[in-house]
Amino acid sequence: MSSLVSIVERSRASRDLAPLVASIPFARFLGISAAFAGEELIGKLAFAPHLVGNPLLPALHGGTIGALLESTAIFTLLVKTETLRVPKTITITIEFLRSGKAQDTFARAEFTRLGRRIASVRAFAWQDDPSRLIAAANASFLLMPVKDEQDATVADCVPR
Amino acid sequence: MRFPDKSQALARLDEVLTTGVMPHNTALGLRAVDIDEGVVTVELPYQDKLVGNPDTGVLHGGALCATLDATCGLAIIAKMEDLTRIATIDLRIDYLRPATPHKSVICRAECYKLTRHVAFARASAYQDTPADVVACAVGTFAIFADEPSLTASALRPASGPA
Repeated sequence: MSSLVSIVERSRASRDLAPLVASIPFARFLGISAAFAGEELIGKLAFAPHLVGNPLLPALHGGTIGALLESTAIFTLLVKTETLRVPKTITITIEFLRSGKAQDTFARAEFTRLGRRIASVRAFAWQDDPSRLIAAANASFLLMPVKDEQDATVADCVPR
Repeated sequence: MRFPDKSQALARLDEVLTTGVMPHNTALGLRAVDIDEGVVTVELPYQDKLVGNPDTGVLHGGALCATLDATCGLAIIAKMEDLTRIATIDLRIDYLRPATPHKSVICRAECYKLTRHVAFARASAYQDTPADVVACAVGTFAIFADEPSLTASALRPASGPA
């Protein structure tokens, strides 16, 4: 069992996502965190100057919002399913609806369809008002374990 | 030809990437590799802070997402006549395989259509050779004809051919 999976299992049991998020270097670099609000997992991207893409506006770099959406979808899959590996993103399409202001950003994810090997997920990001989205994403994830992590490709999830 | 002095244009692109004109691109450690009319190539050096899976050392998808988005935007700026602000409308990324740890990722983007209000760009990220694709992206970008862009003016200060 990998160390990340054991952290995930502890997070599922305790509902404390901090150790899981803290174990991911890129989440720490961006300042992403996650917590439960009732039954829903909410991802958060704390504003920091290194997240800015356009200093004139200023606006968050689109990539940081994409990372928040993708991370929130993965955290949601990890805690709401029994998957024993980190879901692999097959594809993600991000719509940037409003520019992200220089403040904290939040996200949530919902399953469009949760299959045995593929999960279809929608994720939404907002700042002040959850009904005024700044971005939305549509993503597919590979859930099933594969023999060799390094060799996993899209071909692994083509239906036979 | 948009960039008659290639080495000067490349040096300018590297300066844009490394001096915080776009702070997040500098934070990611992006470096310039090549620039031509409508085509830009950058390098994302492997760094521990960009890891998404601590068990395998594989890069986080978000680091590739940000790099692909940024490179598409730069390719559009490298094609524009008037240097104004652009913004991503949407971006699709396909992750073909995990990036091999401890190796740079090279990202090459091309603006294949530029209109008055919208630009279309595609990009691929690879490691050893361009055929060795890690991820590819296609995106649409809005062009704000009446708003200035720091990045664009830093890349082409004379507001014309570099």
